[in-house]
Amino acid sequence: MEDRDTIICRCEDLTREDVRKLIEAGYTTVEEIKRISRCGMGPCQGRTCHQLLVREIALLTGKDPAEIPPHKARPPIKGIKLGTLLAGGEKHD
Amino acid sequence: MVKTQLLVVGGGPAGLAAADTAASLGIQVLLVDEGRSLGGQLVKQTHKFFGSGEHHAGVRGIDIPQLLLKEGQDKITFKLNTTVIGCYQDRVLTALTGEDEYFKISPQAAIFATGASEKFLAFPGNDLPGVYGAGAVQTLMNQYGVLPGNRVLMVGAGNIGIIVSYQLLQAGVQVAAVVEAAPQIGGYLVHASKLARAGVPILTRHTILAARGKEAVESAVIARLDDNWQVVPGSQQELEVDVVCLAVGLSPVVDLLRQAGCRTRYVPELGGDVPVRDSLLRTSQEWIYVAGDVAGVEEASAAMVEGRLAGAAAAKQLGADVAAADEIIARSQASLKALRGGPVGEKIRSGIAKLEGGIANA
Repeated sequence: MEDRDTIICRCEDLTREDVRKLIEAGYTTVEEIKRISRCGMGPCQGRTCHQLLVREIALLTGKDPAEIPPHKARPPIKGIKLGTLLAGGEKHD
Repeated sequence: MVKTQLLVVGGGPAGLAAADTAASLGIQVLLVDEGRSLGGQLVKQTHKFFGSGEHHAGVRGIDIPQLLLKEGQDKITFKLNTTVIGCYQDRVLTALTGEDEYFKISPQAAIFATGASEKFLAFPGNDLPGVYGAGAVQTLMNQYGVLPGNRVLMVGAGNIGIIVSYQLLQAGVQVAAVVEAAPQIGGYLVHASKLARAGVPILTRHTILAARGKEAVESAVIARLDDNWQVVPGSQQELEVDVVCLAVGLSPVVDLLRQAGCRTRYVPELGGDVPVRDSLLRTSQEWIYVAGDVAGVEEASAAMVEGRLAGAAAAKQLGADVAAADEIIARSQASLKALRGGPVGEKIRSGIAKLEGGIANA
């Protein structure tokens, strides 16, 4: 019950219950959980949830947090409109 | 494509010091910051700083940004309201000004002073309105003059938790208690004493178990922890509060560095994943330096000195006068050693030892 009211990723509205079910189902890396649940793919790009997710994985798998790699970092780190992206390439090159 | 000798990403204490130092050594600098004014977190620090005169002791944080830009200002181009959103290994970065101006930057070297983001806690009710990070409370209160609520539970008795609690009292907000999971207060005792004198209980070895309320926070449940960080049965108590303020630490913002291929390592003493770097603050990518909280979470005074160190080191790499740069490097390294001396700096020293080894072992 309590895990259902505990938010891990607030951008994508994932609770601790959601995340623990995924870990128990065998998704035990940050990258796997991101791909199946969108954890860390919202506006904050994982800045809030990443360390909470790593802690959940560490607790349930018994791994040291130092051995849990972060998800792949890709540009852009914040939202940009497609039109802006297109215009930028021509204006400055 | 905007070309520059040196790009500084972030205009907080570290970035400003870095830009000023490099410019004073004759380097052309472009400084970008996502805020609308310079200073980073300094713009909300209304309290006076500690330390020695060299580190602006006795000056309020909000007044420090202008002191950091002494020389070489005409060598610095400032681009505010601008976020670097991508960093590529061929030494090209992409940036966005406002919502509509997107451009590329090609620097010969870059200093990342991107700071840190606040850590969050997992507990039931942690998404109720009224649960804030301490940074948000400071922004509301100190920048915009808006009170976050009437009665606060502060979680964390490090410097941020202690100072923000005192600022809340000054603004006329009640602080029900400060809870700290560790067995001792992490912040300066001078600030903690002010709270104690005002009658605010600082409960070490205590944590928050839940925030409760229908539409917003109405109360918070706290409990005592034993020496193994487990909740002591029967120690729960419910405090009537409408704000839970989290001041439980910071994590370095390293996403751009990881895009650029800089190696990082998990060092809990420094806040989490931190870039591996040498004693000149150069990362595993030879054109990229780091300074301030992104290089390991510390105080603003250390961030300013790291900015000077990285600024001088990058300027030297870009062909500035070697003797002048070396003098600043030596002075900054000595100053950092002094700041991190004694038992208080033990955690930072052991964290940094893990990082500086990283380059040599590569």
